[in-house]
Amino acid sequence: MTGLADAAIAVEGLRKHYGKIEAVRDVSFEIARGTTVALLGGNGAGKTTTLSMLLGLLTPTAGTITVLGCDMLTRRYDVLPRINFTSPYVDLPKRLTVRENLMVFADLYGLRDARGRIGELARQFDLADLLARAYGSLSAGQRTRVSVAKALLNEPEVLLLDEPTASLDPDMGDRVRTYLEDYQRASRCTMLLASHNMGEVERMCDEVIMLRAGVIVDAGAPEALVARYGRADMEEVFLDIARSADP
Amino acid sequence: MSTALYPQTGIAACARRVRAMVRRHAYLLLKSWPRLVSTMYYPTVTMVLWAFITVYLRPSASFLHDAPGFFIGAVLLWDVLYRGQLGVSVTFIEELYARNLGNLFVSPLRLGEFIAGQLALSVVRALIGVGGACVFAYLLFRYSIFSFGFPLIAFFVLLIGFGWAIGLVVSSIILRAGLGAEELAWAAIFLVAPVSGVYYPIAVLPPWMQAVAAILPSAHVFEGMRALLLQHEFRWDQFWWAAGLDVLYYGLGVVLFRAAVAKARERGTLMSMGE
Repeated sequence: MTGLADAAIAVEGLRKHYGKIEAVRDVSFEIARGTTVALLGGNGAGKTTTLSMLLGLLTPTAGTITVLGCDMLTRRYDVLPRINFTSPYVDLPKRLTVRENLMVFADLYGLRDARGRIGELARQFDLADLLARAYGSLSAGQRTRVSVAKALLNEPEVLLLDEPTASLDPDMGDRVRTYLEDYQRASRCTMLLASHNMGEVERMCDEVIMLRAGVIVDAGAPEALVARYGRADMEEVFLDIARSADP
Repeated sequence: MSTALYPQTGIAACARRVRAMVRRHAYLLLKSWPRLVSTMYYPTVTMVLWAFITVYLRPSASFLHDAPGFFIGAVLLWDVLYRGQLGVSVTFIEELYARNLGNLFVSPLRLGEFIAGQLALSVVRALIGVGGACVFAYLLFRYSIFSFGFPLIAFFVLLIGFGWAIGLVVSSIILRAGLGAEELAWAAIFLVAPVSGVYYPIAVLPPWMQAVAAILPSAHVFEGMRALLLQHEFRWDQFWWAAGLDVLYYGLGVVLFRAAVAKARERGTLMSMGE
């Protein structure tokens, strides 16, 4: 996955140290435009740290990050209107209604037709009845749907998703995945996904990057990894990699 | 599938993002009558307290004959400073409570726009809080803050400007130390109260406190207020001192806040900080 002429995301020599702890160690990868890639690894493998650095929320100790041709360390604001994200580590103001929250972010991203776009997303994510409710009064699953809707407000060209369907029931999880797949096909959006749901990864992702202890230990198409490790599915590949000795 | 976006650069884009921040907090403030009442509560109660102290002291204090609004005006102006500071630091704390900083800092919102939103909200809070107390001052004691005339505008701007500076410093400390330091948002301002000479001339302070007062914009404003009430003159020297110090402290506040955000990006606390 290196040397792509048209990479949506290019990461080179990325490192993050917290004192003596090395959370991410010399990570390099490229993601082609219009593809969906999963960042996999056990807890503490460095997935969220890597995503945070890609988003500009965390300053790398070393390395470069280029998103849609812009250096995220020096030209972040050129690219931020074209990307978006969801993460279980952030939340929305709980006392604002769902509509108010979405209106605020529609303004921040500069949507010309905020009401139209919010109405469209409300239909797609079954949020119409929730728009007037306080965000804090919603169930975990409903909040996740609102977060995904917020992430799609600006129709991003790059979408970073940290556990996007973790708290959804199987029906809603499937609907969100289907929507994301449809959206990806229609918009040629690039998606980078951190997930522990291997079924989701096999279904949605063209490529997988496996992280352990802050290092990329393997990468490839899901079916290629399954074949290479001689396993039945990605779940078993994940266990193989996660339980082997640290690099 | 193409959601049209407005241009992302230029004054209109900045104004739109600042408006988004104001809108986010205005939704919160205006829909909750307890919040509105509590914004006006403290300024009104302290105003009533000082109004009755004025009534009590007036027979024996000649300066209160000349300037019956001496204490009421002081307490209302003090609250401009306090609301100005609270408006900045409480707005920031609310983002931390909501764990919303990550969402905001991944959006196209610039740090300068985030700060501008805080400042705009502090003006709204000051106008609601102090405005409510001013209405009660007039209804209960026939005292009008507008008796200051045009200098009122100067006092308001200089005090709220100093409040912004303190608010930014407090926000920086909270971002660095975590929500454990949130009490500072309500308490920090009282550190400057004794040396600001809100209710008494700076001359009554011991020399070392007078030296501290000389570098506080608020002390120059309250000295100026007393000169206006008692000598009926606008002290330009006090005005310029306060304005210069305001610019200095506001600049320092912005530098510290920017440094605190940069440090938070380094430590990864923009995502993790919250309740």
